Amino acid sequence: MLYILSQLGFSFIAAAGFGVLFNAPRRALIHCGTVGMIGWIFYIVLADAGVDPVVASFVGAFMVALVGHIMAKRFRMPMIIFSVAGIIPLVPGGLAYNTMRQIAENDYLAAIPLAAKAFMISGAIAMGLVFAEVIMQVVMNIIKRATNNVKREVS
Amino acid sequence: MTERETEKILEVCLLAGRIMMEGGAETYRVEDTMTRIAASYGITETHSFVTPTGIIVSLQGDNPTRLVRINSRTTDLEKVAQVNQISRKIAAGQLNVQAAHQSLIKLEESHLLFPISYQILAAAFVSGSFLIMFKGVWTDFLPAMIAGGLGYSGLLLIQHYTRVKFFAEFFASLIIGLVSLAMVTFGFGLELDKIIIGSVMPLVPGLLITNAVRDLMVGHFVSGLSKGAEALFTAFAIGAGVAVVFL
Repeated sequence: MLYILSQLGFSFIAAAGFGVLFNAPRRALIHCGTVGMIGWIFYIVLADAGVDPVVASFVGAFMVALVGHIMAKRFRMPMIIFSVAGIIPLVPGGLAYNTMRQIAENDYLAAIPLAAKAFMISGAIAMGLVFAEVIMQVVMNIIKRATNNVKREVS
Repeated sequence: MTERETEKILEVCLLAGRIMMEGGAETYRVEDTMTRIAASYGITETHSFVTPTGIIVSLQGDNPTRLVRINSRTTDLEKVAQVNQISRKIAAGQLNVQAAHQSLIKLEESHLLFPISYQILAAAFVSGSFLIMFKGVWTDFLPAMIAGGLGYSGLLLIQHYTRVKFFAEFFASLIIGLVSLAMVTFGFGLELDKIIIGSVMPLVPGLLITNAVRDLMVGHFVSGLSKGAEALFTAFAIGAGVAVVFL
């Protein structure tokens, strides 16, 4: 329990801190933190449960983009403000670091699988972002059509 | 519409696009914003070609095509948001061309960044938080904060004097590596790997990576590839700086 709470708290701080580094609008900082927290908690719970990190990253990125889109619509700001701080915890920094370290120690054979994994995770994050965007578009279209129909019936 | 008016509209479009691109917006958003601004002033046919290093815009008819060069790219989401607001106002018909131009110039000259002390503090907290998120031990929290804060201060300092981004990133990660190594050797920190990974996170080109992928996915291949190259180069600079410590 304490573990989950600390993960929640620190991912919030990390994402909000990135909001400061990227100079996000001041009133959006808390939302940045929230988006980052949601994405990270999905990732870490799945990864701890033994799910492949590629799948966990996909789910995390999907949640980040979904919540980011909803907030962007709600607060009328570009979606990138909310999503970018949330994506960064998912970026395979540790893997990339280990790859570089193996290369620096001339152990190229150990570096290749790490690099491949890092590449797969980056791809999964990208897929998560795009999937969320497509789903949001479809949902928005359906809502728009529904409200138009209602208006037509009323008039 | 007179030639002079179109000229002014073109200028507003280019200025808005340039501020957004310099602030780190996605390519499709820049194109979309410019097209919308032109459309709200009654120019329906606009063609734009946006890359991270320059924007080319052509409005319908016999008007000349214009090009604007983008020299510096930072991450300033506040400016992206403000241009977005201005373009919304234009679309709602609340701003005429003259007023829009004025407010964009004012926005371009304004300095909206957080104070440097806030940025360094944020970087320090980001580093510490990532250490815990990557399952480091609690006693390493402070060492990671120190290494991350010093590394980010180094980045800001060198960037101020040299203007060569990759050089600054290389030295920032070198500082992080050396500080972490020193702290672990003197028994102040425990896990060298975790401390370095945590403190390097503020330097990671996250915005570039996400933007590059999004641009590629919607078909902006030129800007997607060039942003990807920039991200790869940045990652390489960071990795090389850390790697020097292990040599």
